[in-house]
Amino acid sequence: MDETLIFIFTIIGAGLRTGTPLLFATSGALINERAGVLNLGVEGMMLVGALGGFAISYATGNPWLGVAGGMLAGGILSILHGFVSISLRGDQVVSGLALVFMGRGITSVFGSRYVEIRDVPRLPTIELPFMKSIPVIGESILDPLFGSQNIVFYIGLLTVPAVWFLINRTRPGLYMRAVGDYPAAADSVGINVLGQRYLWVFVGGLFAGLAGASLSLAITPLWIEDLTAGQGWIAVGLVIFASWNPWRAALGAYIFGALRRMPLDLQAVAWLPFASNPILGVWLDMIPYLFTILALVISSREATRQRLGAPLALGQPYVRGERGL
Amino acid sequence: MTAEYAVQMRGITKRFPGVVANDNVSFEVKRGEIHALLGENGAGKSTLMNMLGGLYRPDQGEITINGEAVYFSSPRDAIKKGIGMVHQHFMLVPTQTVAENMVIGASTGFWLSPKKLYADIAAVSERYNLPIAPDAKIWQLSVGEQQRVEILKTLYLGAKILIMDEPTAVLTPQEVEKMFVTLREMTKNGHTIIFISHKLDEVLSIADRITVLQKGKVSANVAAKDVNKAELAKLMVGREVLFRIDKEAAKPKDDVLVLKNVSANNDRGLPALRSLSLNVRAGEIVGIAGVSGNGQHELAETLTGLRHVTDGVIEINNTGIQNQPPLAAIDQKVAHIPADRNGMGSAPTLSLSDNLIMKSYRAAPVRKGWRLLNAVARNTSEDLIKQYNVATPSIDVEARLLSGGNLQKLILAREISAEPTSIVAVTPTRGLDVGATEAVHQRLISERDRGAAVLLISEDLDELLSLSDRILVMYEGQIVGELPPDEDRIDEIGLLMAGGVQEAQA
Repeated sequence: MDETLIFIFTIIGAGLRTGTPLLFATSGALINERAGVLNLGVEGMMLVGALGGFAISYATGNPWLGVAGGMLAGGILSILHGFVSISLRGDQVVSGLALVFMGRGITSVFGSRYVEIRDVPRLPTIELPFMKSIPVIGESILDPLFGSQNIVFYIGLLTVPAVWFLINRTRPGLYMRAVGDYPAAADSVGINVLGQRYLWVFVGGLFAGLAGASLSLAITPLWIEDLTAGQGWIAVGLVIFASWNPWRAALGAYIFGALRRMPLDLQAVAWLPFASNPILGVWLDMIPYLFTILALVISSREATRQRLGAPLALGQPYVRGERGL
Repeated sequence: MTAEYAVQMRGITKRFPGVVANDNVSFEVKRGEIHALLGENGAGKSTLMNMLGGLYRPDQGEITINGEAVYFSSPRDAIKKGIGMVHQHFMLVPTQTVAENMVIGASTGFWLSPKKLYADIAAVSERYNLPIAPDAKIWQLSVGEQQRVEILKTLYLGAKILIMDEPTAVLTPQEVEKMFVTLREMTKNGHTIIFISHKLDEVLSIADRITVLQKGKVSANVAAKDVNKAELAKLMVGREVLFRIDKEAAKPKDDVLVLKNVSANNDRGLPALRSLSLNVRAGEIVGIAGVSGNGQHELAETLTGLRHVTDGVIEINNTGIQNQPPLAAIDQKVAHIPADRNGMGSAPTLSLSDNLIMKSYRAAPVRKGWRLLNAVARNTSEDLIKQYNVATPSIDVEARLLSGGNLQKLILAREISAEPTSIVAVTPTRGLDVGATEAVHQRLISERDRGAAVLLISEDLDELLSLSDRILVMYEGQIVGELPPDEDRIDEIGLLMAGGVQEAQA
């Protein structure tokens, strides 16, 4: 009985860990979407964040510098999207897609020399041995969940309320929501709509970079081409699934983290068909992508989007009324 | 000495590509007065006020506030000088609370504590005697309440001079009365109000002084008590204006357009029409009155096949057309004059000729087999342009380049030349100047006299009263009353529009 419990919670614990980069990426995408800018380039920004973080950590020996560098790399790439979609008023979908290809290309060219490296300085894991000694639930539940988690997991836990607070209880958050829902109203009281949008696109890029760096420096601490394996896309889908709410985004990120991780863990269970038949595992692997496609299809319908509570001006460039109005 | 004038704008000129919106305009407002700025659409009222509000900068001229010369580079500068603008399209974020909308322009610090905000706002609302729930979301409020929030917002930001851009356009007659009371109280407290409008009666009843703009120039500056409606109209338009349309009594015949217990949802999937029934007979104009957003939009779309119904029957010429493609309605000769001229009424980047044959291309003479006969299409188009007085250099011009009035004439030409059995017209004269409005009204009347069944959906009560043979009032997706187009019963219509069924019938 205890063994089963430990096994179940070990899987959940691993899911929480795997879900953490997804949590960062989703939070970031949520922030720039709340400001009215759709950025489909999360995958590309995660990739440059992952490689940037990895390379800087390797060069300097300090994984925290790596994290900072990875975030900046994601942020810089996002500014490009900002320029096209905010200043040039280009199509945000196309520009976001271009960002993905760019991120892939850049990391594929500059990343090849890092592929063989296995000894990059990593972010620390926090061991909490006292978890085991807590009576009743300690050994079977708390320890497999929290006994040995990387520090990014805890940063992730803090991010959720912080993002919620930023959006709902601070003045910058008020500006973010105003330029995302009704930019003309913000403009009429003297708020710099374009500046605000740049700011939040950049913040979204920082988060995507953090997501990438936490992958390459903590969750799967190595660099391979296409390390993110579609997680950026899942983040884009999750924002919709979460109705642009950070708490629901976190829930979704953890669920999908678990789903991602599970096929790996379940292969060890003899009585499940997955153990003996790898083909079935492939089907489990598909779930996140199927979900993403579904989410994008649903969200592309204007009517459905309204019902789900999308920011009203999402995807629309802001142009001050030329005449009249 | 404090300056006598709250606002002085002297020699203001503002050019936009291709137009001089304001040509050497001088505009002065005394402190504590209600000053109306009157003019047709496109006369330059909004441009002038946007310069006072800091959205635009004048090319020439100077602005002084309370005797002090000012240069605004953004709305924030204007707000600092005590100028507040209540826009016609409310500048409120619908998903945010009243309190959030009010503090967004203020500087109250980094953290936003709802409790403190609500207390602050409640205090302001009490001080100015404008009751409002600070925690309500904007989308939950009626249009009148939203306007109250807009006014409160500018007061909260310290406005002493209020610019109100066509504030009555969206209100019921009762709400207008209430707002006028509020405005008079505000002037007693030392506020100055600039009231932008093109409605003569309103201006005469609220303003102390009136400045009239015509084609970007000041045509008059008079005290309200010294002018009458006809004189003002002449100053505004530059010629005599007919206020009443001459029309004979309707001679209605058989039912053409019949809705029985029709229900439909809006874009959000919520019920917009609730078991609505109505009929329009050949040879009459039935007006639909109602505050915008009570299902009028959805009503027009179900009638023209653009929206599915969840229940009920729509019959046109005794043929059911509900839940069929728009073509079914077109085949029954339903003409549609949509509210959205650029999006739905025309294809902005196609030529006038293409726009004109958009309904007739399917049949001879424009069609021959699988081909379109270009020469025929062009001839037909040339004829229509002449017949309907569309001002354009050629039929090859893109439709988007037409002015609002000309575009509406183009749409009328296409729709009416097909000799429809019924016409669904939605706010057909919104944004049109007096001349174009007259033309549209005459067309609708002559179509009625030809025997078409006309359903006129409008937010302009004057238009409904002068055109309709019967008025139906729509509220929350239902017809809540039918009245004759009698000016004396305008209060009753207003009450019904606001949902006061019981009061109105009692």
